[in-house]
Amino acid sequence: MEQRIPILKMGRFLLVSIQVDMDDRTAMTLQDDLTAQIVKHRARGVLIDISSLDVVDSFIGRMLANTAAMARILDADTVVVGMQPSVAITLVELGLSLKGVRSALNVERGMELLRSIAEGGESEAEPTDADREE
Amino acid sequence: MRIAKSETMSVRAAPEVVGVRHAVRKWAVELGFSLVEQTKIVTAASELARNMVDYGKGGTLTLEGLDDGHRRGLRLIFEDHGPGIPDLAAALRDGFTTGSGMGLGLGGARRLSNEFEIKTAPGEGTRIAITRWRGVS
Repeated sequence: MEQRIPILKMGRFLLVSIQVDMDDRTAMTLQDDLTAQIVKHRARGVLIDISSLDVVDSFIGRMLANTAAMARILDADTVVVGMQPSVAITLVELGLSLKGVRSALNVERGMELLRSIAEGGESEAEPTDADREE
Repeated sequence: MRIAKSETMSVRAAPEVVGVRHAVRKWAVELGFSLVEQTKIVTAASELARNMVDYGKGGTLTLEGLDDGHRRGLRLIFEDHGPGIPDLAAALRDGFTTGSGMGLGLGGARRLSNEFEIKTAPGEGTRIAITRWRGVS
């Protein structure tokens, strides 16, 4: 049974809302689909909403980090939004800092962040998340 | 200590890791774990179940609901008959991996648990038992 997470296009951005508990293959398919769609639509940003996820383990975490890294090479920025507090607490204890992945509290703020990056208001050289890491 | 309830499930392939997460979540909720406690043990279970599939050729997970008279806990026992872990100290270190993962599975699962026991021998497989107690951070 192959499951696919839908990717929506909104202007220059791609939107993904992960609503199901993904198995590893579904997560890899999403990563591949996203990178393909970035190129196809010449997207400038990707917003990934994980507010429905009650678990993010190292595999899903790695998928998010890899997607952000690939998107960056393809000239698109990635923002992960809506992480549940219990998930954030667990990720840190697990040892996953999600370096290089920008985050925002919710979809609205994530879209604002993507817009401001696309307009050059905030450059990649000023990673807001890295500041919080150490 | 009393084992109030027990159940064993087979974990052979990657998609079954999702089933492991759901089963552990259900048990943790039934035991009255807080949301953070639930998330920690479900995440630890996900790491260990994936390791078992990826490196141990699959195996079994036994869930045990514990009651020591004062508090309730959940013990998860992952058992496989795979190749075992040749260098356990290295495997427990963050960042160590022989596969394509991040090498956070074992060390991460240990940090997310209150108790962690591992027995492994080359050629004989691996048995990992983790326990989380309700209300223990």
